[in-house]
Amino acid sequence: MLTKRIIACLDMDGGRVVKGVRFKNLRDAGDPAECATAHAGNGADEIVLLDITATSGNRRTMLAAISNTARSLFVPFTVGGGIRQLDDAAAVFDAGADKIAINSAAVRDPALIGRIAGRFGSQAVVVAIDARKVDGSFEVYVAGGRVPTGRDAIQWAREAADCGAGEILLTSMDRDGTQSGFDCNLVRTVAESVSIPVIASGGAGSARDFIEVFREGRADAALAASIFHFGIENIAQLKRELHCANIPVRWPC
Amino acid sequence: MIAIVDYGAGNLLSVKKAFDYVGAEVVVTDQFETVASADKVVLPGVGHFSSLQALSRKGLDKALLQGASASKPFLGICLGMQWLFQGSEECATIAGAGIFSGKCRQFPTSLKSPHVGWNSLAVREGSRLLRGVAQDSFVYFTHSFYAPVLAATAAASEYGLQFAAAVERDNIFGVQFHPEKSGQVGLAILKNFLEV
Repeated sequence: MLTKRIIACLDMDGGRVVKGVRFKNLRDAGDPAECATAHAGNGADEIVLLDITATSGNRRTMLAAISNTARSLFVPFTVGGGIRQLDDAAAVFDAGADKIAINSAAVRDPALIGRIAGRFGSQAVVVAIDARKVDGSFEVYVAGGRVPTGRDAIQWAREAADCGAGEILLTSMDRDGTQSGFDCNLVRTVAESVSIPVIASGGAGSARDFIEVFREGRADAALAASIFHFGIENIAQLKRELHCANIPVRWPC
Repeated sequence: MIAIVDYGAGNLLSVKKAFDYVGAEVVVTDQFETVASADKVVLPGVGHFSSLQALSRKGLDKALLQGASASKPFLGICLGMQWLFQGSEECATIAGAGIFSGKCRQFPTSLKSPHVGWNSLAVREGSRLLRGVAQDSFVYFTHSFYAPVLAATAAASEYGLQFAAAVERDNIFGVQFHPEKSGQVGLAILKNFLEV
């Protein structure tokens, strides 16, 4: 039986893992290669590395971190942040990523999704969507959540899927970093609108939140960062609880 | 020496890295001679069935088929496993190697596609490739087309229907999943291939 995936996300800045609340107040959380291997050993089904500042001066540091992390990681490995064109994606794949996540660049140029998928396959292209609730609907934000686009998140998810995205990584900006639970309404609406897997992100705080987003939100995978870094929720413990709640997970692993 | 065949279909780095990790001597190559002279051959690949066309353009398919008939150990991964069948609905104009009968089909549209994630294996007894792999072990899949269950199926998985997760006959092996991305279980399978 296909299991629900638990994905550990490492937000990166200048070669280090950091974590903030609602994209602000960043705290240091360690070395990416060490964090990734530790999470995988603890039962994470995938690792996502996100370059949250993604300045051009940072690219070389980021590529080195990717290659370092990939060396001893044998679960799927996604890298996002600062991928603006096909060449950026190619450099990230060359460094050892299995998938890339694109956000702002895909909104600006949806054909980029197809160009990357055409060369590396749809399975390697994750379109990340940052959505915020505005007047009862969900608006897409870009540039690390700073710039509103006026676009509807559900429509954009559909378009991204049509362009050749293999998965949608959907972040609720309202919930991100708050540990107050996933936005199951947002996740479910998108999951039911596209035929590709949806990864829920933003708001994970407890095992109950994961159970809800898999049951009510119909998510195929759920991603969290802060709770896994600071030991509030251990992935192995989380998987035991999901298993007990009859959510299919890779456990034991 | 193991030759990992590079025919331009996706990223082969992770496959090489995993073989390096289990202590194999591997080379990534698109050269006929290197493939022909290797002790074992790995055909990886993600993406569209049509990318297999590049194999015949470079004559690599001949090296693979010669090796197969000479009992040289062969491991096809994902698209590389699908190549072992007669063909795929994904691209009717390209023939597979036809070592296993049947065609690869698309998952029904009622299911989310691609089938992405960790799924369990129903392991058939006596498989050499899956020796020591526990029943219901989880491995990582990402594919939209599947190969049928047949006598040579070494493990089946279920996603709306039963499909071949691994095939095996003599020294010809194929896995639909990605052993290089399947944690300790995947590394154990690659080690088994080294010891074939």
